[in-house]
Amino acid sequence: MNYYRTKCDGGNIAVDDTILVKGMEASAGSKILEGFKPLFSAEVATRLESKGYNIAGKTHVGEFGLDLLGEFSHYSEKQDALKGAAAELVAQGTVKAALGVDMNGSTRRAAAISGVDFLKPTYGTVSRYGVISCAASGEQIGVYAPSALGIKEIMDVIAGHDDKDGTSLRNESYDYTISDAAGKKVCIVKELLEKADDETKARLNAFTDGLRAKGVMVEEISFEIFETANTAWQILMTAETCNNISRYDGVKFGHRATEYKNIDELYVNSRTEGFNFLTKAVILYGSDVLSKNRYADCYDKSLKVRRVLCEKFEKLMENYDAILTPACSKTAYNRFDIHEAFGKVFEESVFTALANLIGIPALVSGGVQLMGKHFSESMLLSLADCVERKGE
Amino acid sequence: MNYELVIGLETHVELSTESKIFCSCGGHSAANEPNDCVCPACSGMPGMLPVMNKRVVELAVTAGLMLNCDINKYTTFDKKNYYYPDLPCAYQITQLNHPICTNGCVTLKTSAGSRDIRIKQIHMEEDAGKLVHGGKYSYVDFNRTSVPLIEIVTQPDFRSAEEVVTYLNKLKSMFRSGGISECEEGAMRCDVNISVRPEGSEAFGVRTEIKNMSSFEAIERAIHYEAQRHMDALEFETEELVQETRRFDDASGKTMAMRNKETESDYRYFPDANLMPIIIDDAWLDEIKAKKPAAVDEKAEDYRAAGISEKEIDMLISNHKVSKLLDDIVAMGCKAKDAAAWILTDCAGILRKDGKTLNDLTITAEKLFAVTSMVDRGDINRNAGKKILIAIIEDDVDPVAYCKEKGLDKKFDASAVEAVIEKVIAENTQSVQDYKNGKVKAIQALFGACMKELKGAGDPAVIKTVLEEKLK
Repeated sequence: MNYYRTKCDGGNIAVDDTILVKGMEASAGSKILEGFKPLFSAEVATRLESKGYNIAGKTHVGEFGLDLLGEFSHYSEKQDALKGAAAELVAQGTVKAALGVDMNGSTRRAAAISGVDFLKPTYGTVSRYGVISCAASGEQIGVYAPSALGIKEIMDVIAGHDDKDGTSLRNESYDYTISDAAGKKVCIVKELLEKADDETKARLNAFTDGLRAKGVMVEEISFEIFETANTAWQILMTAETCNNISRYDGVKFGHRATEYKNIDELYVNSRTEGFNFLTKAVILYGSDVLSKNRYADCYDKSLKVRRVLCEKFEKLMENYDAILTPACSKTAYNRFDIHEAFGKVFEESVFTALANLIGIPALVSGGVQLMGKHFSESMLLSLADCVERKGE
Repeated sequence: MNYELVIGLETHVELSTESKIFCSCGGHSAANEPNDCVCPACSGMPGMLPVMNKRVVELAVTAGLMLNCDINKYTTFDKKNYYYPDLPCAYQITQLNHPICTNGCVTLKTSAGSRDIRIKQIHMEEDAGKLVHGGKYSYVDFNRTSVPLIEIVTQPDFRSAEEVVTYLNKLKSMFRSGGISECEEGAMRCDVNISVRPEGSEAFGVRTEIKNMSSFEAIERAIHYEAQRHMDALEFETEELVQETRRFDDASGKTMAMRNKETESDYRYFPDANLMPIIIDDAWLDEIKAKKPAAVDEKAEDYRAAGISEKEIDMLISNHKVSKLLDDIVAMGCKAKDAAAWILTDCAGILRKDGKTLNDLTITAEKLFAVTSMVDRGDINRNAGKKILIAIIEDDVDPVAYCKEKGLDKKFDASAVEAVIEKVIAENTQSVQDYKNGKVKAIQALFGACMKELKGAGDPAVIKTVLEEKLK
């Protein structure tokens, strides 16, 4: 599945195709970037290489990471049972870990489907330098690994301040220590559980049992912010994506239409040919919410919602150490038509959007998702670890 | 009907920084080959993120301090979306909601007196690149892309083209002396918002905006053309004025419509999530204030703003008597630049022939102004003016009488003088009272008012005599 497969053993790391590696073509899964070769590597790739890891290759992503799991890449065949390329590679043991850009949930869904761990870290802790950026205010590079311990190993290398990213926080490093989780308090959000199918619920119950067995308290609560969070994030995400990918215009690099009579046709034809239907839907949605007469009710309001929901979440976290939710509604997805994609992704993002909107960490393990307050990665990894190593 | 001109300016100034606003590319110059000063960031490649150049903030704050602005402690960047090949990201990073400086003021000295121009705001932004058209193709040059700019937006406080040019010259001289910008050709660009309204009216007329002019001379011509177009439209209904954006065509001296309100694009401004808000705390502000160059001589600055050359300014600043003479005739209504030429070129030249210097100049402001105003009005030509000047300097002749005697004037009507003197006496009761109470000097104010009223047309000696008569 990865189209730059080299020898893959020991310290091999795969990165998804929204992360630049010098000398390797980068497309973000889109025809519009056809043939683009970056002049530099992403900060995360440089850090891994400097610690002796090998960037073994790149994995397919759905165009600009906007789809469910990575099914709408211009460069890969669609399988009947959908899987995420990076998550699958880790699940197969082909690479030690993989990096992916978490923007609208595709990474976390892919990890849940393939049964590997994925951490979307706190916003600002991992440099976004070298990411083919879409939604700057909420996207973050995350790590796929077979276990919480595997994620800790990679996070220790890639996290920490980077001068080349203005949104990078000042801390030089962060704590990802895994320790005993006994006595911690976790809540399950009823509203999200209701949206999941029976198999997903069974996974969540199994995870809950695992936690309880290690002395973690788990209780069900009602917390109705996820629908609002999703709407707000879809507004911000589409607006920022629409803006950030407007630079792909056929003038400088990537795909250029062969037929055009003037500059406007060059733009329109190149972009019409270069983007898939889902990206076009995102562009339309994003330009609409930024337009003069909609801005106050859509974009500006979403920024306010972001602040309010952040406060609500922090308030809840005064009583709990983490919340436990499904990462997606199903345990498997079948092939579907791209014309349905926008609505389908929107629906599924209700589980993932909050973490992007307010910048909190989210960890997928055992097919379910843990979220905690900012910088609580160590706690989330400890909770996942105690379930993963239940026999010990 | 008499009309009043109302103008507001948006001035873009390229900052003198070592690197661009969001990347470390060096400054460009005309000597560079196209795309010499370009990196992945300023050419819009994916993966690069903007990182704020601290020096840009400091220069923008310095400019704000010079223009008496409030410096905002919290300032943010926004993205302005539009497609053009010279804009690599298809958006420009600028400031809309929280500009760095607001509420400033700059004082101008013009022939109409001292005028305050309010500064609405100063904001930071990045420049665009440029297109080079050649043969079948157009080429993109990104050297100028992301070069830091400040945009200074005034309130609609200008009332003449002269004020606009004085303001621009003042900015130029301030920014040069303050190390903010070299203000070289093209590094200072203006958008002029212009409307006219019947004199005395409060409501603004229909406004048009003339975009992107860099030569002050062109700006002046554009304003004259556009003002005339507006007045014709109002007076003679030659056309219906609409709010629109226009450009000035240098060759024809005309402005042409570019786009109007309906065809204007929606720039879909929104905050740039890649750039965190900038907080300017007191400590940093104090540091910038301390680094700000010592206040440049106000007077030199005013001369510079009036278009007087650096060499002439040096001569004026070093000779108080001469600068006083210049200030006096400017106060009477002579254009500063002309005054400088009369004194520093003509008078100095006449004196030099006799082996004298400007220190030996004894001509009075009244006599000099009598000469310059006759020339300005077109009563006599400049050569005739110079002849009179020689006669004054050599024999202290009366300029008006000499002019008549030598037949240098074409038209001169002295009959209006008396009516004007009476009007001035009626309007300046305080000065009249002072004079009658023994303050002999008060007559100077009345004399000045007469000269101003007559626009220098009268014979100073006659005016003085008549004035003294009437005050008895």
